Amino acid sequence: MKQIVELIINGDSHDVIVEEHRSLLDTLREEAGLTGTKKGCDVGDCGACTVLVDGQPVNACLMLAVEASGKRVETVEGLQSASGALHPLQDAFMRHGASQCGFCTPGILMMARQLLEENPDPTDEEIRFGLSGNICRCTGYTKIFDAIRSAAQEMRTTRETEVTL
Amino acid sequence: MRRFAYHEPSTLEEASKLLVELGDDAYVFAGGTDLLVEIRERLRKVSHLVNIKSIPGIRDISWDPATGLTLGALVTARQLETLTGVQQTYPNFAEALRSLGSIQVRNRATVVGNICRASPSADTIPPLIADGAIIHYYTPQGMRRMPLSEFFTGPGRTVLKRGEIATGIILPAPEANSVRAYIKHGRRKAMELATVGVAVSFVREGNRCSQARIALGAVGPTVVRATGAEAILNGSLLDDDVIDRAGVQAMNDCTPISNVRASADYRREMVNVLTRRAVRTALEATA
Ligand SMILES: Cc1cc2nc3c(=O)[nH]c(=O)nc-3n(C[C@H](O)[C@H](O)[C@H](O)COP(=O)(O)OP(=O)(O)OC[C@H]3O[C@@H](n4cnc5c(N)ncnc54)[C@H](O)[C@@H]3O)c2cc1C
Ligand code: FES
Ligand code: FES
Repeated sequence: MKQIVELIINGDSHDVIVEEHRSLLDTLREEAGLTGTKKGCDVGDCGACTVLVDGQPVNACLMLAVEASGKRVETVEGLQSASGALHPLQDAFMRHGASQCGFCTPGILMMARQLLEENPDPTDEEIRFGLSGNICRCTGYTKIFDAIRSAAQEMRTTRETEVTL
Repeated sequence: MRRFAYHEPSTLEEASKLLVELGDDAYVFAGGTDLLVEIRERLRKVSHLVNIKSIPGIRDISWDPATGLTLGALVTARQLETLTGVQQTYPNFAEALRSLGSIQVRNRATVVGNICRASPSADTIPPLIADGAIIHYYTPQGMRRMPLSEFFTGPGRTVLKRGEIATGIILPAPEANSVRAYIKHGRRKAMELATVGVAVSFVREGNRCSQARIALGAVGPTVVRATGAEAILNGSLLDDDVIDRAGVQAMNDCTPISNVRASADYRREMVNVLTRRAVRTALEATA
């Protein structure tokens, strides 16, 4: 059966018509036209489809669109600021060459964003633990780690400046 | 994905009625981390999903030093993992939670769903059995409860009949001087199902052991108690000889099979190694 579902994606309300068996991932990509979120495995293993729902990272492939009704969904398209400036994580990924083909990158960015929100100064072990559901098949994780550490550093500095000012 | 109809009842009674009316291909849907994968990989024929997330009263977590930790059917693994106190009070359960899938999966996966899926390798089951958890469930005739150790009847099977819905579990408060550990063994550190999982829980007076409970995962059709090994530990001084004998006995308390993840012989040997290690880990944690 088809239903109209209201999704609040990156702050904007979208009314989308979905069938009950459609995943949030397919709905974001095909109905809302937001193809930044990637489909790797479609069964929860790779993390490429990671989005935040009400602030928590989930695999969009393992959630039904109907379940997201009225919830806040954040995707990689909403990561940059309203003025268009890149998020410090996006900037750091570019500077460190942390994406090769870039397929896993949107999921990793969303996961990392939530990680740094909860823990602004993570150890390597904490980053590793946090990213264990995000698989990159192109490369090792060294550059990804470097980028996340560097973005964390930058975000902490920004926060401190804001506090002192 | 294969098509199915979706239902969102607002009471247990309504959900139960739906499950009875809709028949064998209707399933309770909680986090969906098992079900959606099984639908996509065509491992299970599902015509109806009955989402229980709108049902009130099965979402809460509460702690009481007398009764212990009570958690509803909708409580996710991640909620518990990030709850202060779980790590200190139930380090074995906390370890199992941290090792289940990824943060993304744990944000959706419920502990009760992990139990109801009844996989022999489910991570939360061994520590919950070792700690004496009680499961509560709704039946059209009224609420029931039973020790979790009696809940499983085979791989993927529980005592629940059509129209019965698990509502939550109670994890008793730890006895004074009790210690516990869970060790999950797999080839990778993360995103890996257990090849063998061993949970132990016992009370120690000095080095003397009582009330030992050992639960073994992935080495039988259901998670099993290693009752022979428990008998060796109970009443004994936990020296190397006793711990070694318990390890060897635990191998005889399980019935592993060979599959893609490991051979039966390897699993049996690892039960020996991990049982000894889990007893020592539990002892060290309080030394
Ligand atoms: C990528 C990935 C990695 C994973 N890694 C692990 C792992 O390392 N260790 C591990 O143990 N598991 C793992 N799992 C499995 C899964 O996450 C768990 O089994 C999960 O806890 C199931 O809970 P759920 O709420 O998602 O259940 P669902 O998928 O909603 O349901 C699972 C089953 O239980 C039944 N059910 C659910 N709730 C109830 C209820 N209240 N009453 C009666 N029946 C009910 C359903 O009908 C269904 O048959 C993994 C899954 C994925 C996708
Ligand atoms: S596409 Fe969702 S986890 Fe791989
Ligand atoms: S950059 Fe290609 S998958 Fe990670």
